[in-house]
Amino acid sequence: MSYKIRGRVWKYGDNINTDIISPGQYMSQPVEKQAEHAMEAIDPEFSKKVRPGDILVAGHNFGSGSSRETAQMVLKHHEIGAIIANSFARIFYRNSINVGLPVVDMKDTSVILEGDEMEVDLLEGKIINHTQGTEYQGTKLPEHLIEMVQLGGLEPYLAKKLKFS
Amino acid sequence: MGMTMSEKILAKAAGHSNVKAGDIVWVKADIAMMHDLLGPWLIDGGFRRLGGKLFDKEKVVVVSDHCTPPATVQQADILKFTRDWARDQGLPYYYEFEGPCHQVIVEHGHVRPGRLILGTDSHTCMAGGLGAFATGIGSTEMIGVLLTGETWMKVPETIKVIWDGELPHGVYAKDIVLKTIKDIGHAGATYQTIEFSGSAIKSLSMDERLVLSNMAVEAGAKTGLIEPDETVIEFLRSKGVDDGLETVRSDEDASYAQILHYNASELEPQVACPHEVDNVHPISAVEGKAVDQVYLGSCTNGRISDLRVAAEILKGKKIAKNIRCLVVPASQHIWMEANKEGILEILTEAGCIVNMPSCGACGGFTSGVIGAGEVVMSSSNRNFRGRMGSSEGEVYLGSPAAVAATAIEGKITDPRKYLLQGVR
Repeated sequence: MSYKIRGRVWKYGDNINTDIISPGQYMSQPVEKQAEHAMEAIDPEFSKKVRPGDILVAGHNFGSGSSRETAQMVLKHHEIGAIIANSFARIFYRNSINVGLPVVDMKDTSVILEGDEMEVDLLEGKIINHTQGTEYQGTKLPEHLIEMVQLGGLEPYLAKKLKFS
Repeated sequence: MGMTMSEKILAKAAGHSNVKAGDIVWVKADIAMMHDLLGPWLIDGGFRRLGGKLFDKEKVVVVSDHCTPPATVQQADILKFTRDWARDQGLPYYYEFEGPCHQVIVEHGHVRPGRLILGTDSHTCMAGGLGAFATGIGSTEMIGVLLTGETWMKVPETIKVIWDGELPHGVYAKDIVLKTIKDIGHAGATYQTIEFSGSAIKSLSMDERLVLSNMAVEAGAKTGLIEPDETVIEFLRSKGVDDGLETVRSDEDASYAQILHYNASELEPQVACPHEVDNVHPISAVEGKAVDQVYLGSCTNGRISDLRVAAEILKGKKIAKNIRCLVVPASQHIWMEANKEGILEILTEAGCIVNMPSCGACGGFTSGVIGAGEVVMSSSNRNFRGRMGSSEGEVYLGSPAAVAATAIEGKITDPRKYLLQGVR
């Protein structure tokens, strides 16, 4: 995973839970089918409008609910570049790091507007808003996770640790 | 400074004598649990690429419960994949069609006080009702656990929630946990443990304690713990478990992030309204809301004591016309117990449909999902938009008693009017 990401913003509110991101009724289908229904409960156009590299910006508690990694799988299928939120639900945050989906939290995402062109430095937690010409500081990645993120997630990290790469 | 239960269990799992909240430690899992939908089917590729050798097959438990019975060919394929995987790995503990994984691992003695249990499901925290530190992880993280037996964890702070006093008639553990989640908020315990204690908690049965720990994640918590005592030990003995019964408790001078204190005797029946579990109101605020379906079951509230109270309310009565009442015991064992006690007959005569134990409609997978515009009153644990089917449906959560009373009237109903005074 690249840890510097640039893309345009789609804005969402608080508590975007895993049933919204990855509805249970489609979870047994192939990921490309599941991805068609991602976020549809609150944004029916989501799967049609997002483009690779786009950044999702949300409020508090992004990814609450289930431990389902299908939530990350569908967002990765759409090649979402990063998620910026005021806060993340714990399991979602871990899973995102593990699968190499960039996530960064910052105090107040309300200053970011839909359509803004943003750049995120995941390791430094630095967030640049090119549209508004502003810069924000997000939370820096915990030190013990930097290597995992640099390698692209838990699987490559384990491959190195277990000497399979 | 003393240690909390979480600190003690994680210290042991990390091989340290002492850890404190905020420490990041590598811990060894006592049990790695997967279910069909988020288990072998998703992890097999990565697992094989990394050598495909289990750290200890005695500690790996697989439960097929989400795709049972399969409603589609895809679900049947996932179920078959899971079954074949368990056989090919030579797993001694594979269960299918027995009920939701959280109940199955409790009944089969995999959960014991002080153990560290990691599972690919957010409600894995239910095992905390027996004093195990149990938490949900993702499928990729599970690959690492399966290969090495380890993962990293940040030792959580603890919110202590004390419920003293005696629960009034018609009020249950479900009402305790809904009220607690309302106050903490659905993200209020993120990265933290919720430890339930107090005289009201101590007097709860094993069945009811599991309701509290099951729903800890609905406040964002990493796990929900209850200090194991003779109730837990007796329960485990009844399941044939004789070893690993040492208890673990927080020290008197342990440090807490927050302490909440409640008087259980003042509690009324509670209902979580759409579409968040912390959108909780006393049942009087939503009484009369018409429903299309009621759902009595799940790993949260499908145990024998739940079915007993529903039978007490529904005995000799009929459910309302034009609604469905689905009953889903939390395990085959409970199904058989309910059958022996005549409960299934009472419920069926009242017009309920008894389904097999499964995650089924609770997660919107099989057997009773709802359509657009439909309203459910459910004893399960989550009411997110789209959770039980259509994103245009509505899910209300309450106790099994409230669910049963609602079935009679076809609208949300306070269960106390149907319960004999003094009976709990």
